[in-house]
Amino acid sequence: MSSRSRAEGITIMATLTIRILMMAGALLVGRVLASAQAPAGNAANGKELFLTYGCYQCHGYSGQNGPGKHLVPMKFGQAAFTAYIRNPVKPNQMDWMPSYSEKVLSNAQAADIYAYIKSLPNAPTAKDIPLLTDIKSGK
Amino acid sequence: MTKAKKTVVGRRSFLRGAAGGAAALMTDPVVGRAQKAATEPGGRGAVVPTEAALARENGNARPALNIEVIEKPQSDYMVDVIKALGIEYVAFNPGSSFEGLHESLINYGNNQPEILTCCHEESAIAMAHGYYKIEGKPMLVLLHGTIGIQHGSMAVYNAYCDRAPVFMIAGLDNEGPVAAHNATDMAAMIRDYVKWDHQPESLPQFGQSMIRAYKLAMTPPMAPVLIVADAALQNPPMKQNLPVPSLVMPTVPSADLGSVREVARMLVAAESPRINAGHFARSQRGMDMLVELAELLQAPVNGGDRAVFPSRHPLAGTGGGAPDLILALEANIPGTRIGGTRPKTISISTAELLATHNFNVNGNPPQADLSVTADPEATLPSLIEEVKKLITADRKKAYDERGKKFAAIHLQLRNQRIDEAAAGWDASPISLARLCAELWPLIEHEDWSLTSPQGFISNWPNILWNMDKIYRTIGNQGGGGMGYGAPASVGAALANRKYGRLSINIQCDGDLNYAPGVLWTAAHHRIPLLTILHNNRGYHQEVMFIQQQCSIRNRGGDKAHLGTKLIDPNIDYASMAKAYGVSGEGPISNTKDLVPALKRGIERVKKGEPALIDVVTQPR
Repeated sequence: MSSRSRAEGITIMATLTIRILMMAGALLVGRVLASAQAPAGNAANGKELFLTYGCYQCHGYSGQNGPGKHLVPMKFGQAAFTAYIRNPVKPNQMDWMPSYSEKVLSNAQAADIYAYIKSLPNAPTAKDIPLLTDIKSGK
Repeated sequence: MTKAKKTVVGRRSFLRGAAGGAAALMTDPVVGRAQKAATEPGGRGAVVPTEAALARENGNARPALNIEVIEKPQSDYMVDVIKALGIEYVAFNPGSSFEGLHESLINYGNNQPEILTCCHEESAIAMAHGYYKIEGKPMLVLLHGTIGIQHGSMAVYNAYCDRAPVFMIAGLDNEGPVAAHNATDMAAMIRDYVKWDHQPESLPQFGQSMIRAYKLAMTPPMAPVLIVADAALQNPPMKQNLPVPSLVMPTVPSADLGSVREVARMLVAAESPRINAGHFARSQRGMDMLVELAELLQAPVNGGDRAVFPSRHPLAGTGGGAPDLILALEANIPGTRIGGTRPKTISISTAELLATHNFNVNGNPPQADLSVTADPEATLPSLIEEVKKLITADRKKAYDERGKKFAAIHLQLRNQRIDEAAAGWDASPISLARLCAELWPLIEHEDWSLTSPQGFISNWPNILWNMDKIYRTIGNQGGGGMGYGAPASVGAALANRKYGRLSINIQCDGDLNYAPGVLWTAAHHRIPLLTILHNNRGYHQEVMFIQQQCSIRNRGGDKAHLGTKLIDPNIDYASMAKAYGVSGEGPISNTKDLVPALKRGIERVKKGEPALIDVVTQPR
């Protein structure tokens, strides 16, 4: 379970948003900020959430094993990641990712999960694994 | 033969006088009270067992005392019939309704067929299911009355859906101590998913029924069969010598020549045919003939869960693109358009001959354009000959061109899947791809057989290993009933033992916990089987489904572990194995420990014993 409350998350997000606004000044519009400049997450909290919310069930503890899409390397930016988990693509009746609304997972929690996923190591490629190279060659 | 009068007393009228222990201490003898049974309705004709009846079932009463010795009971004849069917093994959990037959098997039959002691009827039947898929013939399973049938019913359903001929005898003892173990129609409970059942009225009829049951079970479409053996047939003395009826197997239904020629014409004329191969091959010959047909046509072969076509053959796979013709061999016809077009379809199948198959189990696919009711393996020889006659030089040239295209696609897809195996390569818990990849070089030079389903392990063996023989991978549960993997593997490994094969079971943890006592059966009967636990500590599939439900209801997924995870405490599978007499190792969650453990396990199995390695894995 998350160690960070939703209210706390919102407070942090608001504080960071103000700071960013001050730094960016008039060049930034609010809409862009809301989507692209979410607060940086806490990877340790994110790990806990990754397990509690069962992300690993479809994406693996590694973030790259299982029927879900590979999360590592993460191709989304943080805002896009949050937006995606709010409304994931549902390709068919069976294989679809559950959605996580703000009611059940705050933006701050989503940011934490994102930070954790970003901390997961990339796997080597198959060409760097002699065993897989052998299997490819027909051994 | 008329029903023999029982020559024993005691179940209803007598207790062995010398019986000690609890029975001797009973102040109210079992005798007499049992006679009052069957008067209290328990709903729909069922009868509440008496205390006396339950006492015997609970071991608090002694077996009945014979007042005369029966030198030659009728159950001896039953053993003769069983032997005449060539049955090598009989699996059961013991029960009083077939104790006469049990005694004949051990003393008259001298343990031939060999008795396999099982801890659960579901294990016994699933063992028979797995055994058939390797050996190609039935194992006999004995079931104790209503309770044995009900214990085994899930495994019967799996076998039925998987078209596996499990041969069952259920004991019935209407004069036995527990009325609840009897029923007026014993087979009714599973009649919907057996091919045939019968309760013989006489000993000669028992012999004939057994022959008929065997023939029906083993003639495509194959399916389980059940004979109900009344104790009143098992226990009386033989009054005359009875000949054992001979078994003459019927021919397998193959397609008529007209249909074969039409199928051949359509196949040869097609520009891009595809073969969908289901559970059609009963032997290596079936796989070999399919290879011949595919190569003649240079048509890709999309296989199912069992090895019916070599996985590394250049024509293995869908071939990509949209076929203009699909030949389905005991396989479903696609219900949707492929690539925007609906291909013509041909079905060669025995599904129409198994009218009891329910709507969702094969047999009811969308209608094919040409539907041939026949066994594909029996039909392939004539189909191959007709195809050969029709192929012209021009067609052959066109086939060769498309064959090159399909081979390139096969190689590309295969390499792509192997590339995907790198994901999470160094992760802990261990990825299933890593597990299967590391196992491959350790077994590739052995004669190996994967005895467990691949659905929950993402089919990595199919991707990484060379499935070049029909026994390399024997497929799924059939009906999707869990608790199949371990016992089916033990049964398959028993069959593989005869051929010196190395049997591998990649075992889901949830599946093992249905009836883990089968590990003891493997140890007791020295069945060499390497069980590698795919330990994701839960019913992983269901976790994902519950998460989806949580999502639909907007309640979050943080409680999805409730009712789905096998944690707190984690199950110690190495200790579980050891408790059952199986070598156990683990849990192993780091990749560096994996290969040494696998090597040790393989060495043990090659010495003729089962071994279990608990590997903590990524969920899928």
